[in-house]
Amino acid sequence: MPSYVNPEKCDGCKGGERTACMYVCPNDLMILDEKEMKAYNQEPDQCWECYSCIKICPQGAMTIRPYADFAPMGGTSIPLRSAEDIMWTVQFRSGEVKRFKFPIRTTAEGSIDPYTGYGQGEPEDLESPNFFNETEVVTPQGAIAQKYDIKDADVTQTWKNPD
Amino acid sequence: MPQLPTKDATKGLTLAEPEVVEMDTDALIVGGGMAATGAAVEAVRWADKFGVNLLLVDKAAVERSGAVAPGLSAINTYLGMKQGENVPDDYVRMIRNDLMGIVREDLIFDVGRHVDNSVHLFEEWGLPVWVKKEGKNLDGAKAKSEGYKVREGAQVVRSGRWQCMINGESYKVIVAEAAKNALGEERYLERVFVVKLLMDANEPNRVSGAVGFSTRENKVYIFRANCMLVACGGAVNVYRPRATGEGMGRAWYPVWNAGSTYAMCAQVGAEMTMMENRFVPIRFKDGYGPVGAWFLLFKSQAVNSKGEDYVKNNEAMLKPYQDRGYATGSVVPACLRNHLAMREMREGRGPLFMDTVTALQNTFKELNKQEQKHLESEAWEDFLDMCPSQANLWAAMDIKPEEHVSELMPTEPYLLGSHSGCCGIWVSGPDEDWVPDDYKVKADNGKVYNRMTTVNGLFTAADGVGASGHKFSSGSHAEGRIVGKQLVRWCVDHKDFKPQLKISSEEAKNMVYQPWYTWHEAKEESTDPTVNPYCITPKNFMDRLVKHTDEYGGGCSTMYMTSEAMLSQGFKLLDMLEEDAKKLVARDLHELMRAWEQYHRLWTVRLHMQHIEFRKESRYPGFYYRTDYMGIDDSTWLCFVNSQYDPEKNQVTLFKRPYIKIVPDPYAP
Repeated sequence: MPSYVNPEKCDGCKGGERTACMYVCPNDLMILDEKEMKAYNQEPDQCWECYSCIKICPQGAMTIRPYADFAPMGGTSIPLRSAEDIMWTVQFRSGEVKRFKFPIRTTAEGSIDPYTGYGQGEPEDLESPNFFNETEVVTPQGAIAQKYDIKDADVTQTWKNPD
Repeated sequence: MPQLPTKDATKGLTLAEPEVVEMDTDALIVGGGMAATGAAVEAVRWADKFGVNLLLVDKAAVERSGAVAPGLSAINTYLGMKQGENVPDDYVRMIRNDLMGIVREDLIFDVGRHVDNSVHLFEEWGLPVWVKKEGKNLDGAKAKSEGYKVREGAQVVRSGRWQCMINGESYKVIVAEAAKNALGEERYLERVFVVKLLMDANEPNRVSGAVGFSTRENKVYIFRANCMLVACGGAVNVYRPRATGEGMGRAWYPVWNAGSTYAMCAQVGAEMTMMENRFVPIRFKDGYGPVGAWFLLFKSQAVNSKGEDYVKNNEAMLKPYQDRGYATGSVVPACLRNHLAMREMREGRGPLFMDTVTALQNTFKELNKQEQKHLESEAWEDFLDMCPSQANLWAAMDIKPEEHVSELMPTEPYLLGSHSGCCGIWVSGPDEDWVPDDYKVKADNGKVYNRMTTVNGLFTAADGVGASGHKFSSGSHAEGRIVGKQLVRWCVDHKDFKPQLKISSEEAKNMVYQPWYTWHEAKEESTDPTVNPYCITPKNFMDRLVKHTDEYGGGCSTMYMTSEAMLSQGFKLLDMLEEDAKKLVARDLHELMRAWEQYHRLWTVRLHMQHIEFRKESRYPGFYYRTDYMGIDDSTWLCFVNSQYDPEKNQVTLFKRPYIKIVPDPYAP
């Protein structure tokens, strides 16, 4: 089901330089009608339903209507993502509702320093296969180099592309 | 009131004559997924010491780009070397078994020895990783609060031998944040789609730039660089998908992976390898939800319509392969599992189902009410973390896994090198004694750079690297890190190189914006912009491409069967499509992106079909069949099939390269 925008809730992220959904969509689908100050999905049949736009929308204006070409109407899953958890509300076609909550991260947003606590990666180590925080080189146990001979080893084929 | 379709405003951002922006850097990273973010984190650490400049360019926003955008519920490659669970040698054996014997064991071993390090970083950066405590599972947040650290030897929760469970909704957000914090805002650029690599004017076989455009404003970017990593994922929607309406976007692999990695590298003459390989996953029908946790964690069975285990039913079909030494490990290769399933479908014993009911009810018997509820939640999290569409489909169909079975279906073919497939680019292995010379690519200075392609200065990783599958998210990150360090090493060794592009800025700009210029020439010829004999829209182009590949190249409609005669007919049609690619049009910026994506798709899938044509056997039964050569023929084909495009002659040549076994038998774990 492609993402869609509820026009009552969407304010076009008017406080910001760009809309959150437009910023995040991995497939460049979301776009803003600047006159109406509302966003829309410009190519629903290329939506992966990755939910990035729905999770990021500050107004909760976006959700998913499952793909029209195979999903019966009426079911959907709606996330509410906070700094540490995500809460999913799964609504069935029958009307039944289930809720699930899962942790999403254990550190504060923006706090990652990838290098704290690790060695510098000294200049003389540039030739070694180790990463900046590795010290030991692992190699295969009892490595062999068994080459397999085959028939017609020199056969080739060439395809000319149209000019 | 009726109105001419040509008067409709275009939906996307308006196109106009672009400004040309020229940028210089030392090491360019094209892509923003797991490999590119891994490359960034590793490269920055070395680059800052040697004064090497870096720039990462992503078609989307790094926070949610690539295959991990929605998140993942498991990390599929974690060896657990610290815990004494696995060694990289067995990781090589597992992949050799799954990919039917022809793999680059040096590259796989190299990923295997590094991958745990990336997973340990993910956990430290904030990814919740489940751990075992006194035989019970702790979710990642509880594990962290109780002080467990996998780097220090905490036991992960295994779903399979190589997989570990995570609460991975924010997996990519976390990995992206580490990369962006390492780079700082000045060293990455988002929403710029690189469409073509550029060769150096002075040195032969030397890449020294790339051209792309902003999908947000009318700007063409020309990058000059000493070296680059190209890691933009695999290829999706290169075969007609099973859903051809609105659900075309519900691809199993990310729909925005347009084969750009393969097409751009092939076009500058990079040697390709095993492009005949593909992946056809059997997944939950239509939603394409993951089956791994259902098989491995919940111990569920896949059955035919009578409830019979179809793998057991058709075990005899494995014998011809086992007689040749294949499928001898504890896990049947993915293609052969498909091979058995497809017999059930062909002979009318479908639909196939995942028997979630028996699996959950059996487990429920051993659990109290609260534990049952937790198990139900884990089952839903598996989808919600990485494939919410499948949760939606269950909700839409009123399916509860403890009460109703769910249908399974083999998908359309995908081209990739990091999941259970291995098409891609031929690269150098590490410069170490145990790596055979045939697997080392010598650069212009006589040195060997790990993961460099056969083009000087051009590196790839993850889906880009051929003959080495099963990296998944974590292995892709680790492989990106391998390249990140090599990029810096290359720049240090080539510090006097001055890139000079073969093509002028004006020529590059005109090439990139050609679909818009073509639109201006054609638009007065019809009252409907999509029905115009002088041009073809990206949508129509893709429809035509996937129809040809599906019908002639072994797609779903022929149950993955093709032959020399079928391929020959397909090539005629693809050649005409290539000619018509000159008439591709773009009416807005979004469509310009699509026009270039379709062109990349065409190049990628044509190479795939050419490789299938060259390899006269059915090496991957269940993924595709050469009906004129149904068996496996080791005497002639236990080798890599490689190809190289010659830009001067505009032709592709296919040839063989020897396979060399590095990790001794047993063949499979």
